[in-house]
Amino acid sequence: MKKPLLNAVFGLVVALVAALAFVNAGTAGGTSTARNKLTLIAPAAPGGGWDGFAREGQQALKSGGVVNNAQVVNVPGAGGTIGLSQFVQMPGREDALLATGGVMVGAIELGDNPESMVDVVPIARLADDYAALVVPADSKFKTLDDFLAAWKQNPGGTSIGGGSLGSIDHLLSAMVAKTVGIDPRDVNYIAYSGGGEALTSLLSHTTSAGMSGYNEVSDQIEAGTLRALAISSDERLEGVDVPTFKEQGVDAAMSNWRGFVATPGITGEAKAELIRIVGEMRSSDHWQEALKRNNWTDTFTTGEEFEQYINNEVATAQQIVKDLGL
Amino acid sequence: MEQLELLMGGFASALTPINLLWVLIGALLGTAVGVLPGLGSAMAVALLLPVTFSLEPTAAFIMFAGIYFGGLFGDSTSGILLNTPGHSSAIASTFEGHRMAKSGQAAKALVTCAIGAFIGGLIATTLVVFFAPTLVKMATVFGPAEYFALAVFAFLAISAVVSESVIRGIAALGIGLALALVGIDGPSGTARFTVGMPQLFDGISVIVITVGLLALGEVFHIASRIHRDPVATRIETKGRARLNLSDFKKALPAWLRGTAFGAPFGLIPAGGAEVPTFLAYGTEKQLAKRRDDPEFGTTGSIRGLAAPEAAANATAGTAMGALLALGLPTSATAAIMLAAFQQYGMQPGPLLFERSGNLVWALLASLFIGLVILVMINIPFASVWAKLLSIPKHYLYAGITVFSMLGVYAVSSAVLDLWLLIAIGLIGFLMRRYNIPLAPVLIAVILGPMAETELRRALAVSEGDLGILVDSPITVTLYLVLAAALALSAVQHLRHRASRKV
Repeated sequence: MKKPLLNAVFGLVVALVAALAFVNAGTAGGTSTARNKLTLIAPAAPGGGWDGFAREGQQALKSGGVVNNAQVVNVPGAGGTIGLSQFVQMPGREDALLATGGVMVGAIELGDNPESMVDVVPIARLADDYAALVVPADSKFKTLDDFLAAWKQNPGGTSIGGGSLGSIDHLLSAMVAKTVGIDPRDVNYIAYSGGGEALTSLLSHTTSAGMSGYNEVSDQIEAGTLRALAISSDERLEGVDVPTFKEQGVDAAMSNWRGFVATPGITGEAKAELIRIVGEMRSSDHWQEALKRNNWTDTFTTGEEFEQYINNEVATAQQIVKDLGL
Repeated sequence: MEQLELLMGGFASALTPINLLWVLIGALLGTAVGVLPGLGSAMAVALLLPVTFSLEPTAAFIMFAGIYFGGLFGDSTSGILLNTPGHSSAIASTFEGHRMAKSGQAAKALVTCAIGAFIGGLIATTLVVFFAPTLVKMATVFGPAEYFALAVFAFLAISAVVSESVIRGIAALGIGLALALVGIDGPSGTARFTVGMPQLFDGISVIVITVGLLALGEVFHIASRIHRDPVATRIETKGRARLNLSDFKKALPAWLRGTAFGAPFGLIPAGGAEVPTFLAYGTEKQLAKRRDDPEFGTTGSIRGLAAPEAAANATAGTAMGALLALGLPTSATAAIMLAAFQQYGMQPGPLLFERSGNLVWALLASLFIGLVILVMINIPFASVWAKLLSIPKHYLYAGITVFSMLGVYAVSSAVLDLWLLIAIGLIGFLMRRYNIPLAPVLIAVILGPMAETELRRALAVSEGDLGILVDSPITVTLYLVLAAALALSAVQHLRHRASRKV
């Protein structure tokens, strides 16, 4: 009687080890063609922002039949820069893409990383969303002007809660401050590790206002617990009844973009192929649905236009980090 | 009783034979992944999530419920048997649970744990069903000053664990705080003790510290005792997988106390499930002292296991409530679940119950079913799991080493974590050698950063005015209770001393 039980336990253990080993072998294995098997690296933990983005991509690639097999590998840490530095260390891999975006640009500038966006090959920008300045429903700030007046008078006493340092929330707060004539160094920005925590800090009236991804707070706005004063998009978004900073006379706009980049040193041919693959993925039904479900704005750009965009983003982030004195 | 009606509707749509099969598979898979050291319930949910995508929503949720609770249960199973908790919320259960396993009561410990998980989860889920919208209001009265008061409270409340030798206890707390300081400092963005390595920017993971100290430290310790201790190649397992009446009488109040600690904590985002488990453990330790319970800290006390385990699962239960009603993921596992709900077009938040009521009630019913299935499959399995300890020691500890390494690497895929694991294992070995308690290290690692960040946030908001710390009824109450408890224990201590002198 003893033996079968033991065997069963051993069998289970062996099966699990084998499963894990295969996963690992899959990622560590040699180069194959991108059409055959594409590895998407999400520089975030399961459940993190880029993880969701990469997994939507994986589903779209698979269900649309764009590639035979797509897998997501998580390399979490330090605002995505751990993933970036590992990615840079596998030059010439033509079957791997790294999920990236605005948060990584900020993290690179803040952390003095040896690797930067110059070290990777831009493939495509795919989806954006925007940050919103929100206050609790019972706040005395009814409009952006109310808030700005109080902020200018007492920057220290008017605290703003938002995501971690270097995030869009943080950079945008500094940008708005500078535009309206407040020294970004005087901004009393309270960093939280996630949108959820920042949200409770608002609901508990710890901070005066919050800078948060619009999608994270849209339900609270609709339910009437929060009021949005402004959104960071260039123009008003369809179906979103929130005025932009720009139309209220504050020349600040920023988007939380997401996209894919390839490893350094790939051939021009491989780059073109990856752009084609991502393009096909973007037109798949699954991706179009994912855009709608996540409330992402489709901002598909590739090639030189995308490279130019990244350069601008890096320059903006550098300037803001300098203004902040970090 | 509108809720009851809706819940019954949920059961009606969830309880089909095929769904029961899914929840069974989910619970088994979740437990299996949770059992691997380092691979906790969060990983279980992340790995198994894609599996559920091909199912229709109700079937997917019910499988989820199985995975969720299965993973939580697996976390403690590996903690009890191998001293390698899969997730930080299982650390407190590991202390007494592993002692029980070592003294031959592994099966009993697992049964205690399964029933504790069931009771904690059941009460918490019931609370969510009836009071979700009211409960989440509680979350919004907690600001940084309250969190700081809570952390101070927890620190002192569990200082009982350092009471054997104050100096050794403080040394252990110091080690823990030093480990916790590594990484980027959240409020200022400054890197601390990272020796310029970006891999350390996010700090040393709690899992690496736990598995290193508890599991690898133990392996080194055992290895160092070869040929010195009397030869005992295997741990005796004499206990049966059954609780007799006296065990049950001991455990029941502890389960309920643990649930009372755990349920409120699931609602507040900071701290997570660790704080209530440690509070529950500290309370049991105090009570054991008062009762002169000889089992606590030696052969393992059933109460010391029952309370933290119930607390962990009660937290998990109400965390689900916070996730659904507020859209607030209060734990890593909840964050992954949030992503999963969105896959089905369900956006947790204040409008969820209006928008997708049918799905929510099916999900809540699934949680109940998941709990029942889990306790049903785990009680008979307890004696099977306990057989794991019949493996001769040299194989068992070699196995623990391999699984610890594998688990830690699978989470981060960073080689540095493996070196850290070995280094912390050596620290754990030295601490065992010089009789320094391990629990304070883990407490410091979890509570230290929370206390620091919240204090600084509170002061940043008030622009340096210390008054904010005692500015709300909650903080004042916490500090008053704390002062009363301190005064009481000081009086007891002095009396004890006086009586000893006579």
